[in-house]
This record gives sequence, structure tokens and C-alpha cells, in this order.
Amino acid sequence: MSALRAVKSAEFDLLGVRRDFPALHQKVHGKPLVYLDNAATTQKPKAVIDALNQFYKLDYSNVHRAVHALSDRATKAYEAARTRVKEFINARSQREIIFVRGATEAINLVMNSFARPRVKAGSEILISALEHHSNIVPWQLLAEQTGARLVVAPINDAGELILEEFEQRLSPQTALVAVAHISNALGTVMPVNEIVQRAHARNIPVLIDGAQAVAHRRVNVSELDCDFYAFSGHKIFGPTGIGVLYGREDLLDEMPPYQAGGDMIRSVTFEKTTFNELPYKFEAGTPHIAGVIGLGAALDYFSQVGIDRAAAHEAELLAYGTELLTAIPGLRLIGTAREKVSVLSFVLEGIHPHDVGTVLDHDGIAVRTGHHCAQPVMDRFGVPATTRASLAFYNSKAELDALANGIRRVQKLFAL
Amino acid sequence: MNIDDLEIADLYQELIVDHSRRPRNFRRLELPAYQAEGFNPLCGDRVKVYVDLDNGVVRDISFEGEGCAISKASASLMTESVKGKTKAEVEKLFSRFRDLATGKNDAGRASLGKLAAFAGLRGFPARVKCATLVWHTLHAALEQTPDVVSTE
Repeated sequence: MSALRAVKSAEFDLLGVRRDFPALHQKVHGKPLVYLDNAATTQKPKAVIDALNQFYKLDYSNVHRAVHALSDRATKAYEAARTRVKEFINARSQREIIFVRGATEAINLVMNSFARPRVKAGSEILISALEHHSNIVPWQLLAEQTGARLVVAPINDAGELILEEFEQRLSPQTALVAVAHISNALGTVMPVNEIVQRAHARNIPVLIDGAQAVAHRRVNVSELDCDFYAFSGHKIFGPTGIGVLYGREDLLDEMPPYQAGGDMIRSVTFEKTTFNELPYKFEAGTPHIAGVIGLGAALDYFSQVGIDRAAAHEAELLAYGTELLTAIPGLRLIGTAREKVSVLSFVLEGIHPHDVGTVLDHDGIAVRTGHHCAQPVMDRFGVPATTRASLAFYNSKAELDALANGIRRVQKLFAL
Repeated sequence: MNIDDLEIADLYQELIVDHSRRPRNFRRLELPAYQAEGFNPLCGDRVKVYVDLDNGVVRDISFEGEGCAISKASASLMTESVKGKTKAEVEKLFSRFRDLATGKNDAGRASLGKLAAFAGLRGFPARVKCATLVWHTLHAALEQTPDVVSTE
């Protein structure tokens, strides 16, 4: 691992951060694990694992209910994590932070409680051609049920949104714009500032799916001025099963509850129920308390590493990896946006991605192969699937060397 | 052999790579007696199988489709293996092939001929469906199951 040591710099302690992730230090099929599937999910730092452990061992109880000491501790930790999330994305108030299962549930909440009451036959939901299925299918369901229309803004050959085409599709019928901050399949960073400005100029609200963004870019919802922002904990080094919906307070206030049950009520009689205030109105039932606390720990950890330092390291990795991979004959990169994060999606001439994935796995290299829950993106580039290496700040140039060598081995195996 | 010791070359044997690069019977049959389409929603693999029977015996068989090396080679070798066999013999072969691929039972290996090349699959459980999709599709064609067959 001498190459790893060489990368170590004053700004970013790669070896140090790698030590924080126990899962990175194992062998797979007898080879050191090279984990390059971070767009699917990220590994967990010890800080998160310890926070979950500590909560379940010592502080575990339900929140917002009892007067006993454990419930008080659990409630404080749970609400502290909400404050942490609020600071992390620079929301104005804790009331704007709703805990959900993940980005998918956040989008479904907006679909049901915000969009559904507003749309009618002929209304339009505008998305981009880069969306993950989770930001396509909820809108298709809504369209089917209400007679609204799903409108798609196209992308160019580099995998970038064509802003003029997007703008042309904003119309008096547009009820909502829903776009990814960063594409999961290609890594393209979307021009979200411009998207919000142009939509707001026409009084159209905007939902940003930030699932792929939060682990790579500093997110500031107040500056961005979006109406909703969704993300998942597990893609930002936190636990699975927990995510966040940020929503502007005035909008959330007007919206009906998404699910009904305990904790989201103020008073219940058989005649009438008064709903709790924000954010609890949208958090029915016992929440994923440990998940919330783990997410808080993940955001603390990531902030400590330094979001900008991590992004700078990833930019270096992306430049290095792009150079390495484009030098391989027969390899075609899919997604070459000027603004992109450390995602290398590619196809090899004459070799199916699943065979690439199996051979790389045998070299200890974990990549994703398939359509990445973004079949329309695959169709746009005329490929059934790609192999995708997606990097996090804990990845190294040495791991990219391993990937490039692995790809050459794949090509050798299938050359007749 | 312990399945943990299986190497990548045990899966991608020369015969398999060869058939994936130059699939045999890779064409469409005009007016086939039977045909079916198979689809694996997890990976998007699609395969169409065309069969002609003569007195209950597979007289001609071909396939078309998109997929990985394992699925193409499996389809190619399957078409070679089932020609001249009755429906019952095809089903028996499928059952032995599945047992081999999943590592359940090695007993039928000798009778599998070239299909024994897929023995390495037992070390790669995630890839077993790639090889069996075309067999499911052939089964559906012979049963005249009307809809698209799925591995799920």
C-alpha cells in the first residue's frame, strides 16, 4: 500500500480516514477489498457504528413520550440530531426537517401531501432525463391517478441537462419541478441554482433529490432556495432506513399529514383529531430513533473530515480515474459532464457489464453493474447497462490503478 | 473442489467464452412451431427461443437476444444440446443442468456433455440465473406458455 502513503497530504489524511472505516480493511476472494460502489451505498465509519452501539446499549428508549430518564436521553439525542441536520443543510428551522425512511419516502411524501392536492387533469410535473426511478415512478403514479402529465427535460451526449430545453418546458401548467441534484448513474452535477431560479421566476415550486449530492457537495438549502430537498442517510455514511425531507416551513404548514398514527397528533377523540405541530405532523409512529442518532453521528463525522477537503480529494481521484480509463482501448465512458462527481460509468466493447462485474469482484473490486435504477438514462445512451465505479473520499489512486488493471484482465479473458 | 477456491477461469472456460463470442444457432426461425421470450428484470437480459418439433423431437432450435457472456453461451450450448431430443429428455436435461449450476447435485454431470462446462457457476450464485433464463424460456416455449417468462 505504498501508493496510498504517497497520496497523504497535509490537507487530507487519506490513511487516517481509511482507518475510520472498519469494512475497508478486509479481503474479498483473497484480495484487498476495493470498494467502488458508493453511489449505491457508503460504508460506515466507526463513529456511526459506536453511536448506534451506545444508543442501543445504554440510552435506548422511545422518544417524546415518557417522563423517565432513558426516554429523556433518547429524546434529547433524537432532537439533537435534527438540529445537526438543520445546520448541515443550513435550513432556517428544525421544523423544516422531517425524518423519513429515505429519499424515496421523502419524494413520495411530497407527491402525496404537496403535489396531489395541487394537480388536476392537464397539470404537468417537470423532471429531467437523468432521474433515478425514485424520482420518476411517484410522478407517473400521480399522473395516472389525476390525469396530470409527466414532462421530461432532455440531456445532451455528455449527460448534461440542456437548460434551454428545460426552461422551454416550464409552462403555466407546471405544478412542480422535481430534479436530481446529482445523477446517480453518471455523476452529472445538475445546475440546480439555475433550475430553481427559472422555476421560481414563474412561481413554480422545486423539489431537489439530493440522494447523490450530500456526500459530495456542501448543500445549503437556504441559499439554493429550493422548496423541498430529499436525501438518504445511508449514502452519507449513516445507517439505512433513515432519510430527510427538508421542506419550506410555510409549505409544510399547509400540507396535510402523509401518514397517520401516534406522535403526529395533539389530541384525539373519536369525533376529531388535532394534528401536532411541525415537524411531528409528518412523523407518525415510533420513528427510526437509532437511525436518526446514527445519521447525526455521520454528519458530525463527515463535517470533521471536511466536506470541501473530501470533495477536493474526490476531484483529484476523478481526474486520475478518467485519465486511466480513457487510455484503455475499447472502453467508452458514459457521462462526461463538465460538472460531475467521482462516478465512472463505462461500457467495454463486446463485453457485457455483468461479466465485467463478476471478474472485478474476483479481484476484490466492488462495482455496480446494470441499469442503476435509471433505465431511461441507459436508453438515452443506447446501452442496456453499464459498469459503474463510484468513489467516496476514502478511496485512493491505488484503488483506481487496481480497477484499471482489473478491466485489462477482463479484456484479456474475453479476447479470443 | 471447495467453492471458495473456484477461480474466474473456472467460470469463464474457453468453451463458454467461445460460445459467447460466436453463439451457434443465433438466428430467428421462420414460422417456428413454438417460441417464447424470456426476461430477467434484474439485469435486463432478453432472450427469444424458437423451436421446431418433429414427432415430439426437437428438429431445429435457435435463439436471439441481448445478454452477458454466461447467458449467450448458455443459450448457444443449449441449442446444440437439445437438438434431436424429445420434450421429456429436454426437461430432464434442464433439471440436471440446474442441479449442476446451483451445485446441488453433480451426479448428472457425465450425461451433460459440453453443458458440464457450466459447473463453475456453483461458485457464482449471483450468475446462475444468467445461465438458466434461456432454459426457462425453452421450457415455456415447449409448454406454449403465452406470456413473457421472467426469472423473478
